[in-house]
Amino acid sequence: MTTVAVPPGRSDVARLADPPPPPRRLVRRLLRPVVLLLVNLVLLSALVFFGAEVLPGNIGRLLLGRTADQQSVDVLNRELGADRPLVERYLSFMGDLLQGDLGTSLALRQPNSELLGAALLNSLKLAALAFAIVVPLALVGGVVAALRRDTWVDRTIIGVGVALTVLPEFVTGLIAILVLSLGLKLFPVTATPPPGSGALTQIYYLVMPAIPLVVVLFGYLAKLARAGTVTALDSDYHRTAVLKGLPGRVVVSRHVLRNALLPTISVLGTQAGYLIGGLVVVEILFNYRGVGSLIFTAAQAKDIPLLEVGVLTVGVAYMLLTALSDVVAGLLDPRVRVR
Amino acid sequence: MTPLAPAVRPPRPVGLVVGGVILGIWVVCAIGGELLVPDPYATDSFATLAPPSAEHWLGTDRLGRDVFARAVTGARSILLVAPAATLIGTLIGTALGLVTGYFAGAVDDVVSRLVSVVLSLPVVIVALLALVALGPSSLTVIGVIGFIFSAPIARTVRAAVRVEREKDYVEAARLRREPALAILFVEILPNVLGPVLTEATVRLGYAVFFIATLSFLGFGIQPPSPDWGLAIYENYTLLRASAWPVIVPAVAIASLVVSVHLVAEGLVRRGER
Repeated sequence: MTTVAVPPGRSDVARLADPPPPPRRLVRRLLRPVVLLLVNLVLLSALVFFGAEVLPGNIGRLLLGRTADQQSVDVLNRELGADRPLVERYLSFMGDLLQGDLGTSLALRQPNSELLGAALLNSLKLAALAFAIVVPLALVGGVVAALRRDTWVDRTIIGVGVALTVLPEFVTGLIAILVLSLGLKLFPVTATPPPGSGALTQIYYLVMPAIPLVVVLFGYLAKLARAGTVTALDSDYHRTAVLKGLPGRVVVSRHVLRNALLPTISVLGTQAGYLIGGLVVVEILFNYRGVGSLIFTAAQAKDIPLLEVGVLTVGVAYMLLTALSDVVAGLLDPRVRVR
Repeated sequence: MTPLAPAVRPPRPVGLVVGGVILGIWVVCAIGGELLVPDPYATDSFATLAPPSAEHWLGTDRLGRDVFARAVTGARSILLVAPAATLIGTLIGTALGLVTGYFAGAVDDVVSRLVSVVLSLPVVIVALLALVALGPSSLTVIGVIGFIFSAPIARTVRAAVRVEREKDYVEAARLRREPALAILFVEILPNVLGPVLTEATVRLGYAVFFIATLSFLGFGIQPPSPDWGLAIYENYTLLRASAWPVIVPAVAIASLVVSVHLVAEGLVRRGER
């Protein structure tokens, strides 16, 4: 988020009435987040490179195991370029990435870009469905809890929501499989639909894996929506709206909700990032070929190039989502923009 | 004389009590372990995936091992690894937060940026990357989760230290020419201990969450441990044949995670009062 120094002793009103900042400061304000994002991306790549290639000590040894003879370890290291100095290796890794060359998977013998592209699309479908279910559900839940504040309705929605949020995704996923798939036989156990099926069939197959993601996000979002609504209900403009005789429905829809849901909407980006972590577990549990399961198979096969690029993709996606949600928050709420 | 107003009683800490009881049961299981139940490692190749019976109360797993015995003894690994990881994360995070919060400047900039980069990757994914490099074991899991958790703890401590730094007692210590280390650990640390402990108790719940998840992925605690996440990893493909070896550890994980969170929340609330 951009920060602009405010002269001391000036009220918010005075600040809002300020003329727009001169162009040079505006440029700086727009550039700062971009520069920070770039710095973060460089650090991220360094961290991933360090984790994957420096931490093991010797890549060839890691891949071939303890029993392999030294000569074959040396040969493999030379083939992978792992015998070169560290800085040179990092620079060539970054150089290739920037030219769009994501390398080749060791285990699958396919270009990483092809593998990642297909997996990203699949993960995106799953994440989109989970979001499409959880966002309206959590907003309605939070608002209802706030309108029935401190009653059993409030306590049940928030209490159950938070208790479910802390459960690992594979636990909720397994319970969902046991009850909905094996017990009631409502949904298939696998997430991958038969090839060539239409959009509706695909969605039908994705409902099960979406459930643990919905469960893990619901509590937090509902709590935020509730807090926002409570603040709005306690506000002066709400009191005024009620006192001037507007019907309750209009007060809620026009005065309360608009202000209540802003904070919730502005954290959706970071929640999308949180969702990616859950994807690993859910995709494996439901045998779905997305980024999460791709990273997992790469980890199992010690496929370092694919693992590096996969983890980097996830980090970049998260950073972009966070930056985007900052921008959206600014667009929705002028107060955030000024600060 | 009648009292003027009914005495306001603080709400009973129901969550704290319920959570404490469940957590207490699991701690007893973790300590008692093999003394309480039949051998959790004994295999019976004639009774694999058996349903519950008088001999095996909750059935057997794919190797014919007793599910109940493994659920009870499985409490030990997670109740050792999760607090150990939290402790390491808290120690590193507190030290980092103290230093970066007190010495604003280049060190602060670099460390804070690194912290936000670590926070921008999902925990499970960083942990996978590091565990591939280091090899999965209970010790590496403790180290990796501790390292990752030090980032959010450092962020919390740093924010608290930046407030404390401006206060008079710190200024006084500076004028007394106390060495910086003494100011950090003798003067400031006791005053930011509240947020540190709050953060640590909350982290413990997440530690259980992530360590169970890593075990489920096969990158955490290793066989033949009766660990719950590992038990689910070993048996969930056989869910259709018998659900017992999966349901029992799943319920155990769920009850442990919820109880740790209830206790943590109860303690935090108590501390605030």
